[in-house]
Formats: sequence, structure tokens, C-alpha cells
Amino acid sequence: MTHEEILQGLYDHTLIGNAPEVKDLVNQGLADGLGPESMLYDALIPSLEEVGARFERGDYFVPEMLIAARAMQGALDILRPLLAETGAKPIGTYVMGTVKGDVHDIGKNLVNIMLEGAGFTVYDLGVNVAPEKFVEMINEHQPDIVGFSAFLTTTMPMFKANINALQKAGIRDAVIVMVGGAPVTQEYADAVGADGYAADASTAVRLAKDLIEKRRSAVAV
Amino acid sequence: MVIGPGRPFCVIGERINPTGRKKFQAQLQQGDLSRIEIDVAQQTPLADMLDVNVGDPLADEIELMRQAIPLVQSLTDLPLVIDSSVIEALEAGLSAYQGKALVNSVTGEDERLEAILPIVAKHGAAVIGLANDDEIPMEPERRLEVAKKIVSVAGDHGIKPEDVVIDPLAMPVGAEPRAVTLFVETLKLLRDELGVNTTCGASNTSFGLPGRETLGGSFLAIAASHGLTSAIMDARSVEVVEAVRASDFLLGKDEWGSNWIAAYRRKQAAAAA
Repeated sequence: MTHEEILQGLYDHTLIGNAPEVKDLVNQGLADGLGPESMLYDALIPSLEEVGARFERGDYFVPEMLIAARAMQGALDILRPLLAETGAKPIGTYVMGTVKGDVHDIGKNLVNIMLEGAGFTVYDLGVNVAPEKFVEMINEHQPDIVGFSAFLTTTMPMFKANINALQKAGIRDAVIVMVGGAPVTQEYADAVGADGYAADASTAVRLAKDLIEKRRSAVAV
Repeated sequence: MVIGPGRPFCVIGERINPTGRKKFQAQLQQGDLSRIEIDVAQQTPLADMLDVNVGDPLADEIELMRQAIPLVQSLTDLPLVIDSSVIEALEAGLSAYQGKALVNSVTGEDERLEAILPIVAKHGAAVIGLANDDEIPMEPERRLEVAKKIVSVAGDHGIKPEDVVIDPLAMPVGAEPRAVTLFVETLKLLRDELGVNTTCGASNTSFGLPGRETLGGSFLAIAASHGLTSAIMDARSVEVVEAVRASDFLLGKDEWGSNWIAAYRRKQAAAAA
């Protein structure tokens, strides 16, 4: 197989969520001297972005999105240590969780995988995460960004409660706050004082990069 | 309305709920409840009860609930489910309600039980208990344990077991292939070991999938055959509700198919009119 064929295979099999084949192709690519960055940026990420686009258009459904993400995750498990070896620094660090009272995690997990694919280090705190837990984990991991996910209108107020907890702990300005979830709007994100809101996973990744970039250049000045 | 094994399935209309309805959310934020009239009209032909949820984080949910309950009761005689995660909104809804309401919901978490059950008891209401605490157990036995705890603590507050309706948690089958088999296992345990009534948010099952009505109808028929006695569901959908009514007949809960046949005649008459 040529490198081109391997990359195409990675793209195609990620698109249909064929995890075993993706894993095999990653191993084959490595054996053939194909760079981990190339596999990630030339095949896996574009494939998952296409999955996201199809989902947005209504051409793809939740299970297809999840198995594609799982195939990507399998590839990342192999590639992550190699990418670290090449000295590629993570783009940023992200602490993520679904807010207290809410146990929905499909959207959050997809964003996590997209973030990891894009080069973020992600600490996933899971679901029903209390404000104190967010504070504790932010102190422990010193992330660039913390992400709050809520799927219910009834749990969205936890965004504010979390932000208040960060303020009380004196770490509000140390971290960028992003919020998301099906019922969340830009208006609501602004109202609770979040730094960013994205409607879908690929937008979330772009926004995360932008916000970090902005903050770093601001700090540099 | 009596929910129980051996009785026809209780269809609880889910529509009065701003989740996923940006326009309704905006209206609630303006204090505008006018949309509810349409929601009620679309559900009353097929529903046995209606769920009422007016929760929006940018709205005054307590005041909205205080107004929504009499509004819905002026539009229909169906009994209501008062649905909120805000304790004061539940209390406002219960105070405004004429009759015996069903409260949606309490979980197995101590602080929720202690906050909500006294209000339920005070108003002589019934309550839905979600079979989760601070996490969702993936093992049916553990969901049963949470359910037992809820029934027991409810008893301590003077709420009888028949006034506790357990939700074994219907989860998206598109995200977890075992979601429905786990659900069914839990239902059987609840029926055989606890003997309580059960309900669920049926539309969760088909989340993110095409053909939601067909999936919903099949899911409910399967669930009913393993003991599910009610569901908060899409009561606007003829397809989903007919699957439920058919399962009543097929499972011997609609003797001689009298409800089934009567519904057929109503449909014929409506078509002829």
C-alpha cells in the first residue's frame, strides 16, 4: 500500500466507524514510515470533520457519529504517545464535564474527541460534576480552558453556579470558560458570563483554539 | 386516572416542555404562555395525562408554573404531571393544581428526596422516582436498589408505594446498544421485586435517529410487555400511541379490544366528517 492509499483508507474507514480497520491502518502506516502527524492531520481529522458536517446536515445519525469518533479514539490511543515523542506540544489543556444534575454525555464526548484530535490534552470529569469538583480539577490540571456541558434547560443554571465557584476560589481569570449543549444559546452564554459558546463540536474546537490564541497574545503584550 | 398493571397503559403527553424548542423558550422568557393552548390541543385527543414543564433558566419558572397549571386545567380535564427540577416551581404548581397531581421527579439522592418528598406528601400527590442517584447505574440490580430506596424514603414521609412511579431510565439506543435490554431487565426487576408502577421518557430511546415514531412505538410495545405501565411520550403521534393501544389489546389489558375498536370507530367518524 502506498502512503496515499493508507491515508485514504484511514479517511474512509474513520468515516464509516470501522475501528479495527483504522487501527490496523495506523499500525501499517507506522510500519511503512508514515508520520503520525500526517495520519492525524491529513486523514483522521478531516474525516471526523466530514462526519461532523454530515451530522449537521442531517445526513448522519448519532450512532454513526459515535462509531466514527470511537474509530478515531482508537487511532489516537496509538498515535498520542508518538506525537508526544516528536515534541509536538499540546495546543492546550482542557478540563471538561457535564454539569451537576445532568447526566447527558453524548455531545460532550464528541467534543472531547474532536479536541483531542486537534491536539488538546483533555481531562474529562464525566457527568454530574459538582462546582467544587471543577474547582479542584482546575487547580490540579491548570488547564487553559474549562468546558461546561448541559443538555437540559433545567441544568443550564449550573453554568453560573460553576462560574461563581471559580470566582470564589479566585481562579475565574486563570481559565477560559466555554459552555455548550443542545439548549444553550450565545445569549445565555453571555448572560452567565462565559467566554465562549459553540453550537457544535467542530466549532467548539475552532473557538477553543481562537480563545487560547487571543489570551496568549494578550498576555504577551 | 389510575395507573397499574393489568390496566391500559397511561400515555403522558410530553409536549409542554421548552427543551429543544427555541421559540417556546423565547416566549417563556417573555412570560408568554400562549403556545400552551396549541400544545394541549395537539395532545388531548390521544393522551391520558399531560406533563407540564415550563423550565427556562432565563425565565421566572416559579411564576410561569403558577400560571401554567391553571391555564392547562382550563383547557383540559386530563390530570397533569408537574415537571420541574426547581423545588419552588413544583410547590407553586402543586399549590395551583386542582386534584391529585403526579410530580416529576425525585432521584435517589438524599438531598433531593428530603427536599421534594415533604412537598409531595403535603399536597397528597404522587411522585416519579428516577432510578439514579449521583450517577446512572448501568446494572439493573443497582437501579432496583435506588428504586427501593426511593419507595422506602417515600414511605417514611407517608407516601404510599402505589403513589411512587419509578422511572427505570430510558436511554438513547443510538448511543448504547444495550440501552433497551438494560431497561427491560430493570423493568422486570421492578415489577417482580418491588411491584411498583413505572414510567419513562420514551422519546429518549430514539434520540438522534431516523424513524423516531416507528422506533418509539416498537420500544413502548416491548416495554409494556415487560411491565411498563406508563410513559411520558409523544402523544401527538398517532403511530406511537396506536402501538401502545395495540399492546394493551395484545397483552390482555383491553378486553375484547373494546378500546381498540372504539378508537377505530372514532377515527372513521372523524375521517367521514
